[in-house]
Amino acid sequence: MTVDSLRGSPKRRRKESIIRRLFLGAAVCSIVISTLIVLSLVREALTFLTAIELSSLWAGLWSPRSGQFDLRVIISGTLLISLIAMLVAGPLGIGAAMYLSEYASPRVRRILKPIVEILAGIPSVVLGYFALLWISPELVQRINPSAGIFNMLAAGIAVGVLVMPLVASVAEDALKSVPMALREASYGLGARRMSTTLRVVTPAAVSGIMAALILGLSRAVGETMVVAIAAGNSPLFSLNVFEGGQTMTGAMAQLAIGGDQVKGDVAAVQSLYFVGLLLFLMTLALNVVSERFVRRVRQRY
Amino acid sequence: MVVRPGAVQPSDVVLAHLTGRRTDLKGLIFQGALLLSLLLSLLFLIVLLVDIFVSSMAVFESRSVESFLEGSLSGFPDRAGVSQALYGSGMLMLFVVFISFPLGVAAAVYLEEYASDTRFNRFITVNIRNLAGVPSIVYGLLGLSIFVGTLSAITGGPSLLAGGLTLAILVLPIVIITSSEALRAVPQSIREAGYGVGATKWEVIRSHVLPSAAPGILTGTILAISRAIGEAAPLLLVGAVGGLLGQAQGGFLSQLQDRFTALPIVIFEWTKEANSEFKDLASAGIVVLMVIILISNAAAILLRNRYERKW
Amino acid sequence: MDSTALREQRQTPHPEVHAEVGHQEAPANRDVVFETRDLSVFYGEFRAVRDVSLTIYRNHITALIGPSGCGKTTFIRCLNRMNDLIETARVEGEIKYHGVNLYDKKVDAVEVRRRIGMVFQKPNPFPKSIYDNIAFGPKISGFKGNMDELVEQSLQKAALWDEVKDRLKESAMGLSGGQQQRLCIARCVAVQPDVILMDEPCSALDPIATGRIEDLMQDIKEEYSIVIVTHNMQQAARVSDMTAFFTAEVNEQQDRRTGVLVEYDKTENIFQTPTDERTENYVTGRFG
Repeated sequence: MTVDSLRGSPKRRRKESIIRRLFLGAAVCSIVISTLIVLSLVREALTFLTAIELSSLWAGLWSPRSGQFDLRVIISGTLLISLIAMLVAGPLGIGAAMYLSEYASPRVRRILKPIVEILAGIPSVVLGYFALLWISPELVQRINPSAGIFNMLAAGIAVGVLVMPLVASVAEDALKSVPMALREASYGLGARRMSTTLRVVTPAAVSGIMAALILGLSRAVGETMVVAIAAGNSPLFSLNVFEGGQTMTGAMAQLAIGGDQVKGDVAAVQSLYFVGLLLFLMTLALNVVSERFVRRVRQRY
Repeated sequence: MVVRPGAVQPSDVVLAHLTGRRTDLKGLIFQGALLLSLLLSLLFLIVLLVDIFVSSMAVFESRSVESFLEGSLSGFPDRAGVSQALYGSGMLMLFVVFISFPLGVAAAVYLEEYASDTRFNRFITVNIRNLAGVPSIVYGLLGLSIFVGTLSAITGGPSLLAGGLTLAILVLPIVIITSSEALRAVPQSIREAGYGVGATKWEVIRSHVLPSAAPGILTGTILAISRAIGEAAPLLLVGAVGGLLGQAQGGFLSQLQDRFTALPIVIFEWTKEANSEFKDLASAGIVVLMVIILISNAAAILLRNRYERKW
Repeated sequence: MDSTALREQRQTPHPEVHAEVGHQEAPANRDVVFETRDLSVFYGEFRAVRDVSLTIYRNHITALIGPSGCGKTTFIRCLNRMNDLIETARVEGEIKYHGVNLYDKKVDAVEVRRRIGMVFQKPNPFPKSIYDNIAFGPKISGFKGNMDELVEQSLQKAALWDEVKDRLKESAMGLSGGQQQRLCIARCVAVQPDVILMDEPCSALDPIATGRIEDLMQDIKEEYSIVIVTHNMQQAARVSDMTAFFTAEVNEQQDRRTGVLVEYDKTENIFQTPTDERTENYVTGRFG
């Protein structure tokens, strides 16, 4: 026997090498996409910033087509609606997760879990329409009859319902990944289920629950269609949730509506990219933070 | 009652201790609150479905379901229908299937089977996770800038092609992530068995790993598609039409470069109309969309349950 | 390498290997299958196995025994380059297979594994039919002959043919543990290897299934050289011709254990007249 008899056929080795490179190419595509996103956003955003007066970003209205670019309007709108959404999605999602993970019998889980999954599959146009059709008249206007049909509260609630399944599923994963041994230790000392859930399981899963909330927030910030349908398109800065508002995402969508193309003068179009860049950075930051929390969970177990 | 250590307790005392004297009120309220949060979401879902369904009946009863499905976009509510929207959405999904699926699975195969733990490969993984969290409207911006702008010579500007490519890129990270999970679930012992009889890496992947991971990969892809079919924001930026769309003309390739529409876009357009008849049309459109999504989700779950092997 | 040359080698009977206490007569070169010299295996910085030098002879059953965690599996996985699959694994020292350096840069691990097959601790049949399990190896090796015949022969050698001959197209996952392991042996044999490595093949099986596999090993050793890692001393004593005893050296600082080869000799010598005190402690049950 010689080394050569153990060499194998060069044709096979070449084939393996080509195949490997093909797969690598596919994976590298993802980097190409990211780079393109960042490049296209930054390029136009920079042009925008140099074209307008920077002071106008903080005063007046948000009405790009008429050359007004007050960022306060849309940023406050985004934050307000996202906050309302998390006030809905947080308790509902975590509560549901706790119930499914700690209390539900397998039979109940089999029925209720798919329902949460169905909720997760509902497209945002549908929830936006629901906000307009039901949430606004039946809920919001009952609370405050002077509210307009387009208001930020209705939009916020709808975004909350949209985001709730995400929060619930990530939180449930976090709770389920707490080892049974911890619960058994607690029950073994005579604790009841509520104490065990609140004092043992939840603290152990807190990183994952934080990750769930942050992911939910990120999703809420990035949500477009609900806002485009239900929040109205107010150019004014307002903190009154019973009035209409505008978010970063809604503003971007608005530039595409009212025509069949993205219309407006050059600055208006570029403002689109600038807002997009802000949005991208915001959600990126939120996602990175959420990743850190998830990694903390993984390290423990 | 105090339990004195060491003393023998009469059995009725022990019984009283063991069965407890208080009902756990706090615990029950807590459990109730948790259940309530779950049921509240269920309630929202039911109210949503019922309301929309009822509202859609106005359309389905005055005209037949077929008439709605076959009608085109129109300014007249009694004639408007979703045929063009269905066509557009279907075409867009073809892009997702033929681009995202192979590219996504290939990337997942690389990451799970070939990639060693280098900084570069970890960077790719982190990058994909970040892409999955990018809001869909930002993908619309990408589409606007690259497909409608830079590549307009190929795509024809705001067109079906641009929309399809944009959606394909949107869905790609999800396909990669779910395929990676499916590949990771294949036990290492199968791979070792393959290597043990002298198979190369590709032979092991092709003959054993991919077939075992196939149900999970397919399920993930179907779920990604049913998510894509409901997307409207990126399509808005890439030029999807909501108002009126001319009838499709020309050959298949030229249609790719034409303006287009999709089901969620049409629904969105109808919700904006003040005329309440259009709102009913929106409901009807939503019913159609939800039926499609429910069927594909059900198909995905059935697939997963049927082919899930026990190792 | 052409398998005809291999088969010729196998058909030539080998001379008896005489061994005295603690000393072996060097047999003719063609009877040596593996020769390792100062072989060490590292996982990253951690040395799992240290300085193993031993010779494995053709058509012998060589058992590797010792307490758990002393590198037996790590060592045996070097023999067919399965450790290549672990990213941090690194090999120092020399392994020669029929005189060829197994870790030479030009050597293709895939070719190595065609000649040196492996049966694993937990039976791992492919989730396919019994027939396809066996046919996979030959097919990718470019086997062009009568596959049905090859499948039958392999199953016969693994003493499984009678039990499955009527259900070759059924899933392999429906077999019992012992049957699955014999299927894995048949799968291994179908590629017509030179050597069969077995990593605790019976540890997941009941005593009856274990007995059948031990009988099987005796039957097929005419054709193959077998190296078996086993926890079960009695099994080694029953089945093997040569036995190597490994133990673990504890590294106080790192709290890790490095495997070393203590003694290697004819099986009866290891069990009846061991030279090293550690060997004696182990085989008499005082330790391990």
